[in-house]
Amino acid sequence: MSVAMPEPDAAVLARRDHIVAALSAIVPGEGVIASELAMRPYEADGLTAYRALPMVVVLPETTEQVSRILAYCHREGVKVVPRGAGTSLSGGALPLTDGVLLGMAKFNRIREIDYDNRVVVAEPGVTNLAVTQAVEHAGFYYAPDPSSQIACTIGGNVAENSGGVHCLKYGMTTNNVLGCELVLMTGEIVRIGGPHLDAGGYDLLGIITGSEGLLGVVTEITVRILKKPETARAVLVGFTQSEDAGECVSRIISAGIIPGGMEMMDRPAIHATEEFVHAGYPLDVEALLIVELDGPQVEVDHLIARVEAIARECKAVTCKVSASEQERLLFWAGRKAAFPAVGRISPDYYCMDGTIPRAKLPLVLRRIRELSERYGLRVANVFHAGDGNLHPLILYDANKPGELDKTEQFGAEILKLCVEVGGVLTGEHGVGVEKRDLMPAMFSEIDLAHQQRLKCAFDDRGLLNPGKVFPTLHRCAELGRMHVHAGRVAFPDIPRF
Amino acid sequence: MTDLLKPRDGKDAEDAVRWALAEGKALELIGHGTKRGIGRPAQTDVTLDLSGLSGVTLYEPEELVLTARAGTPMAEIEALVASKGQQLAFEPMDYGPLFGRAAGRGTLGGVLAANVSGPRRIKAGAARDHFLGFTAVSGRGETFKSGGRVVKNVTGYDLCKLMAGSWGTLAALTEVTIKTLPRPETEATVAVIGLTDAAAVQAMTAAMGSSCDVSGAAHLPAEVAGSLPLAVAASAGRALTLLRLEGVAPSVSHRQVALTEIVKPFGEVGLIPEQASQALWRAIRDVLPFAAGRVEAGQPLWRVSTAPARGAELVSLVAGEGGVPCLYDWAGGLVWLSIPGAGDDAGATAVRRAVAACGGHATLLRAPAALRAAVEPFEPQDAALAALTKRVKESFDPKGAFNPGRIWVGV
Repeated sequence: MSVAMPEPDAAVLARRDHIVAALSAIVPGEGVIASELAMRPYEADGLTAYRALPMVVVLPETTEQVSRILAYCHREGVKVVPRGAGTSLSGGALPLTDGVLLGMAKFNRIREIDYDNRVVVAEPGVTNLAVTQAVEHAGFYYAPDPSSQIACTIGGNVAENSGGVHCLKYGMTTNNVLGCELVLMTGEIVRIGGPHLDAGGYDLLGIITGSEGLLGVVTEITVRILKKPETARAVLVGFTQSEDAGECVSRIISAGIIPGGMEMMDRPAIHATEEFVHAGYPLDVEALLIVELDGPQVEVDHLIARVEAIARECKAVTCKVSASEQERLLFWAGRKAAFPAVGRISPDYYCMDGTIPRAKLPLVLRRIRELSERYGLRVANVFHAGDGNLHPLILYDANKPGELDKTEQFGAEILKLCVEVGGVLTGEHGVGVEKRDLMPAMFSEIDLAHQQRLKCAFDDRGLLNPGKVFPTLHRCAELGRMHVHAGRVAFPDIPRF
Repeated sequence: MTDLLKPRDGKDAEDAVRWALAEGKALELIGHGTKRGIGRPAQTDVTLDLSGLSGVTLYEPEELVLTARAGTPMAEIEALVASKGQQLAFEPMDYGPLFGRAAGRGTLGGVLAANVSGPRRIKAGAARDHFLGFTAVSGRGETFKSGGRVVKNVTGYDLCKLMAGSWGTLAALTEVTIKTLPRPETEATVAVIGLTDAAAVQAMTAAMGSSCDVSGAAHLPAEVAGSLPLAVAASAGRALTLLRLEGVAPSVSHRQVALTEIVKPFGEVGLIPEQASQALWRAIRDVLPFAAGRVEAGQPLWRVSTAPARGAELVSLVAGEGGVPCLYDWAGGLVWLSIPGAGDDAGATAVRRAVAACGGHATLLRAPAALRAAVEPFEPQDAALAALTKRVKESFDPKGAFNPGRIWVGV
């Protein structure tokens, strides 16, 4: 573990027994977990290279309990780390040894299904897939579909602003959430939005979504549901050069087509997944595209024909349209199993998540290959091609001394490369602890201070999930100090009327 | 007399804000000023006119992104993206006509700061959903940035969302990046004729609950439908419920047939072809039936966002038996209400009571300055939310230098 977390507060640790007792008074029965053995499952999230045992785990069941827990911790100066299903790939739910781990798993009910207004009101511990399952008998679904959708929770999706393979056309979590109930660190409960559009006032919902559990704890979420498209078909297109695949993606979009999904894999990813899933992927290509069109049958047929024509213009060597729903799902099965497939060919892998302007893809792939040789570590690339979100998977062996450190350095170089070509550090996995120390590659101190002051507006004592997202912790009073720059004003130059 | 500062670039803008902070001056932030009449009248010392920060600095249609200085005219942006077969999918309305100004004005920064959208909001989202990155000067006199120039990004807080709809109370945007999307190949509108408001909301609910992918759902009661400059001949003075379909031609014709079947039980159905459909939705987008100079222009005009299925109920709660001139967009979720004889509260009591019952929020969109000073023009907030809002304001603008009081007192 190479990321430093905030120094544990000895005074808080000394009061552990009192804190456990106070939490037990708020959440009776088995809602408070304090034994080391029982807390073990909470020591890491999906970024398993980082582990820490929390001071205590609490599993509230009501908004009132969450409010009382937070109010207590605020008063007592105790840190809190919220957690959904613990599937974060960036360490967003990594516990603090002197902090309360607030598990939201018991908030697992769907409160309301409103087909007339096309919304579902769910508690944060409901899984992403369960939202769709609750409404699919009526032909509806919830659009964002992160790969972990069977396990990840809707509350975690809000915290991370989760995406998925369909977000080019249907948006990320932030574009599909309409309202929430939020408990602030003080225990205050605020309600934002509802079944109507645009919450009114500052778009606090837009800020909370993707805030990685640093601003408040969401206890209820209103999401938009959509009617399922009539049909969907996928095209599998192979290229001997990744440049041609990139060109094909650009031409599809330039032709005015926004596919439901558009994914790219490079040769190592194709081989790993094909061996694992036998999806029928061609093995003699450098890049493979899966393009999915959804909508009415006539529209899908019309657009598939256009995509095929574009693929041919772009020197595609294979082009296969799914002939049945079964075959479409098979095409996807490979892509969706890309991570575990890579897991089969290497003891460990490390998944990166930068976004780049798509035109830079050939350059970025070439530089990744060079870095791969330099570090002596293999890389497989899967790519949400439509929106430029690249997931290089670095293959390593944690049992080899120093290899994890080397892998992290390699990963950091890839992300800095993404920023260098005009992209960003993370497209959908979040900053968490993983990319925290890379934030200065993208933001100046002034940029970060503006973000951190916003945190102060929600959490004045910096108790909610500290040590995540921001590389340095500052006290709110220090951040708030104003420096008036009177002496340096070049004001007379500005046109004045 | 109010001074006017007109920066030429981001550095000028920063200097101007620093000067204002040092002098203790409050700034009114404007672009073209097309939305100047919205909110509590400005109590500011100096106007900071950002329209000098103009010009598109990056447009990559195949990457779906455009970066421009915040004061770039919308007309320029829309013409440029149209030349590449693209559009701003959130269909930003033009506030000009509502306030008796020429159409075709307004800046990109203004559209984002007010989180403007249009009929396609129900399918494609609002400005907030297409706002990818920005550079701005905060009320601390510091230039800062957020977001990026790629369409998918979760690095740090999504401050674009916060700037969208902040009405210039947090920061002065100097450069912005937005998402552009392909313009649909064609469109057509299915019209249901002669429905009551309640039946229209039901018809729109049925349409939205289908897989027809409706990209606009509006209802014009009879008196409003008649006032449209391009009234549809078939309606003959009756109410019009309009459902827009966009996309490739074979898809639009297919869905038109399917949608007609769905709404046939509600009433007589007609079809409005591409060109008439475009003109009609532009008029709905800009709320032309309530444009300044028309009959109701002297009356307070409210804009209410509510649960779509409760739109008609909300209007009946405000208006009682008599009814008021109104227009429904967003499948019933956006209601424009003109309130005759509203008195000295501009109808606020009745509107706020109805909103409390049906959910949502209401804005007194157009009223004489004295009324907008006397009545809360934006939806009042409960104590905890108001306090949080105030803290958010102070984190960006601790001295209250930007558009103070425009949304709420103290913000």
